[in-house]
Amino acid sequence: MIEGFTALYIFMLAGFTGYEVISRVPVILHTPLMSGSNFVHGIVLVGAMVALGHAETDMEILIGFIGVLLGAGNAVGGYVVTERMLEMFKSSKEAK
Amino acid sequence: MGLAIDVSYFLAAALFILGLKRMSSPVTARGGIVWAGAGMVVATLITFLTPDMHNYGWMTLAIAIGGGLAWYSGKKVSMTDMPQMIAIYNGMGGGAAAAIAAVELMGGEFHSSTFQILAVIGALIGSVAFSGSMIAFAKLQGLIKRSLVFPGQQLFNLLVFGGALMFGFMLMGADQPGSFSILIFFGLALLFGILMTLPIGGADMPVVISLYNALTGLAVAFEGFVLSNAAMIIAGTVVGSAGTLLTQLMARAMNRSLSNVLFSGFGSGVAAGSAEQGSEGIMKEIDATDAAVMMAYADKVIIIPGYGMAVAQAQHKVWEFARFLEERGVTVKFAIHPVAGRMPGHMNVLLAEAGVPYDKIYDLDEINNEFPQADVALVIGANDVVNPVARSNPDSPIYGMPILDADKARNVICVKRGKGKGFSGVENALFFLDNTRMLYGDGQDVAGKLIAELKQL
Repeated sequence: MIEGFTALYIFMLAGFTGYEVISRVPVILHTPLMSGSNFVHGIVLVGAMVALGHAETDMEILIGFIGVLLGAGNAVGGYVVTERMLEMFKSSKEAK
Repeated sequence: MGLAIDVSYFLAAALFILGLKRMSSPVTARGGIVWAGAGMVVATLITFLTPDMHNYGWMTLAIAIGGGLAWYSGKKVSMTDMPQMIAIYNGMGGGAAAAIAAVELMGGEFHSSTFQILAVIGALIGSVAFSGSMIAFAKLQGLIKRSLVFPGQQLFNLLVFGGALMFGFMLMGADQPGSFSILIFFGLALLFGILMTLPIGGADMPVVISLYNALTGLAVAFEGFVLSNAAMIIAGTVVGSAGTLLTQLMARAMNRSLSNVLFSGFGSGVAAGSAEQGSEGIMKEIDATDAAVMMAYADKVIIIPGYGMAVAQAQHKVWEFARFLEERGVTVKFAIHPVAGRMPGHMNVLLAEAGVPYDKIYDLDEINNEFPQADVALVIGANDVVNPVARSNPDSPIYGMPILDADKARNVICVKRGKGKGFSGVENALFFLDNTRMLYGDGQDVAGKLIAELKQL
């Protein structure tokens, strides 16, 4: 159980981490980075799986199902799109 | 088993942060997404082993459908349409966070009231990010063409938001929230996301998508607290703060504040009327032959790509044309505005795809004082980012936005499909200048014709 001040500390430190990671990034990487961070919050899939796993009524199962479906879409789609974008950065260097 | 799960989530969180860090440098960027991807696989697989779970069949089916569709669409979409795909995947994440909250609220088993409050806040943010992102997608995809603006809109939106908040407070306090108030709450939150996004002009969408990206991260973090899931808390918070910073960087690149983007109803036709005064005169046409000759005998050509190049998929032809010019001894540089296209860096991605080396691509600050020495500025499908009224006309909605000073080049050639206005709906004074020539046509066709002409010279 993550509660009280432990939760607050995690929140603060993770917040600073995100800020630090993004600052001083060249403009050319803004789109891939936005796409990459979009992929990272695809971790919501894990939470949706737990929610569906504990769902009891039909309504809960339905909504949990939708949640997992959306979460999986976020994670997989985010990965594919980011990977394709970054792929091009590789090829441009090799062509040089 | 609990230990294995904790270790895996810890590993996933670490991989996400390291992956993002690697993605922030061009050299390591490609490895970065693989690291983050590995973290996601580890976290997802271990979650199947969470104790006391059932509905495994539904779970697997949902992952297969959602993941399969996203995989297919992500692979198939063209580079030009990337921004709206990011919007839609982002919206899905927000929707998933809202769905988690809905299940938890209906189950009504919260360990403490703090968790219940966080669940509701996360649900609100997630719902807004979901419906807002879907509207952003529809706008970029061209499904919604006009920006919806009506009198008293902001007051109405405020009322909807207030209503969502009110039902949110009720849910926070309720022991066993009724399904009716849950329904109303989500309905209002979703409606607010739609209403908030509809009046925003297409040119501002990148900023909005980035904002929703940050919001989804935050919603994921809040639901992570509710589920006591460290991986979700850390990943969500990191994205929340990184996304907020990224949003600010983008808004700053357009010299506008975030509130201005969100609440001004920019480019909606209301403001655009006043901007047209500065653009008098006539547009002068040029054909491909003359344009090719002009550039072939120039010393220095600066190419300014915009969304039109992306739509026409012209980046390969344009680069080919640039290489022909270079063979003739012409110095060719690419000038990229921070918000050219539908996302910051959109043009860089496309030019990288075509194989244009980094050292030929210049940012606004690097290139702007070179325009007076340039013989030709070739504008391909860019509009607002080269519109001089941003410097001269305080009444224009884009006044104050830093622009590429293409008008200061000796000659300007604008490749454009038709005579219409740009995406923001603002008339472009550049097209009417004495040293500007219009070269009408699809970006790819025009580049092909220019290449053919160059070969004949």
